[in-house]
Amino acid sequence: MVGLYTLLRVERGGLEAGVPGQFFMLSPPGRVLPRPMSLCLAPPGELGFLLDPIGPGTRALCALVPGDELHVFGPLGNGFDLRVERPLLVGGGIGIAPLPYLSEVLGAPPVVLGFRSDAHAEAAALLPQAEVVVDPILVTSCCLEGHDVLACGPEPMLHAVRELVPDAQLAWEAPMACGYGACYGCAVEIDGEWKRLCVEGPVLAA
Amino acid sequence: MLLNASGCLDALTAPEVARQLDAFVTKTVTPLPRPGNAPTRIVETGAGMLNSIGLANPGRDRFLADSLPRLRELGLPLWVSVGGFSAGDYAETCERLDGVTIELNLSCPNVDEAPESAAEIVAACRRATELPLYAKLSPASWDIAEVARAVEAAGADGLSLVNTMRGLALDQATLQPVLGTATGGYSGPALRPIALAAVFACHRATALPIVGMGGVTSGRDVLELVGVGASDVALGTIFFADPDSPARIRAEIDTELDRLGFDSLDSVRGVAHVGGSVLSGR
Repeated sequence: MVGLYTLLRVERGGLEAGVPGQFFMLSPPGRVLPRPMSLCLAPPGELGFLLDPIGPGTRALCALVPGDELHVFGPLGNGFDLRVERPLLVGGGIGIAPLPYLSEVLGAPPVVLGFRSDAHAEAAALLPQAEVVVDPILVTSCCLEGHDVLACGPEPMLHAVRELVPDAQLAWEAPMACGYGACYGCAVEIDGEWKRLCVEGPVLAA
Repeated sequence: MLLNASGCLDALTAPEVARQLDAFVTKTVTPLPRPGNAPTRIVETGAGMLNSIGLANPGRDRFLADSLPRLRELGLPLWVSVGGFSAGDYAETCERLDGVTIELNLSCPNVDEAPESAAEIVAACRRATELPLYAKLSPASWDIAEVARAVEAAGADGLSLVNTMRGLALDQATLQPVLGTATGGYSGPALRPIALAAVFACHRATALPIVGMGGVTSGRDVLELVGVGASDVALGTIFFADPDSPARIRAEIDTELDRLGFDSLDSVRGVAHVGGSVLSGR
């Protein structure tokens, strides 16, 4: 447990960890559809996913115990572009999920996190260098200028980040069935264009 | 023969998955481009899922000029799913196709229907093309066998059974519909007995070959659809959870044939009808 979230650690098997911001499809036992989860941590031989138990699928994943088997498919989609000079990571709520791995790859850059409660904010322990705000409105009013912003969080937060930093890299989210471009379920309209977040995202330049 | 259900696989995005199939069925092509329905488009339910994609596709002209040539490079037999909002829409697309099998999507639950009946649309398409014409029917009609007989009389060469059923799911917290369009097409394991009943009824009612589909997840499920009369079987929702399902299911078919003492799928075809004579075909 990380605050109200669960960190699920699975053996990596033959899977690559991929680029931070890419995601994997995790098949919860007893459910029809897999669930897309970005990679949170990539210690040797393992893949770590941060889960918020909000529905039957994520609850089934959080209920797994050591020794259980889990079908994992990935890495999928496009991750963050790591060619950045002055990275600043911005996360909101469960949108913190891809940031620990991203932080590790980028050498612990500054991080700003927003959570809706103190209990949720305990997840900030995954990013010791982070500045934490428990009031979502304040997060995007921090000083972002002069940074290469890489953000993941709820849609209103991403829109707000984009207002402040037009060239930010934003990791979006949508319900998806397949994760590899088959179902068209995760298509979202961004600036008049429809994009399948699983193959054209989930990270999009703003 | 194993196919994909239309709209459940994009062969240009995942060619290695499509190549596990004996033929690839395209997403439905409509005369004009369609962006599709507003999100949310997908929600899982207890024993299946709902989709409200809304026939997102590049439209007939771009499909013919761009997608179809690239699909042909896969080297797989192609089935083109044709949609429209009038019999003329369907027929005009059919007229412009060659070298493919046509599946007429007469039953998408996520868009407005054409005013003509399924049989009238099939008849219009029959006049427009000599290509093989399959009619994809909704399981929601009370008497699907009657629809099957009507499309057979109108010149269909086969049936695709079944499309999704209309369904709805509410948000856990707000009791509001989850999907942007409120209702969507229900697919997955919950559809399986409905598909079996539809194939069973249509196999009795017509002489047409049937592509059976609806909630297939295993080799056993394939045997059951063939047992009630399907000639071929299509996979749909299972692709979302298991892109490698065709290879797995083929292996399971062999195991299940062995276990039940059949030497081939051909010997299973229609076996559920033998001795079932007291049952209504409906």
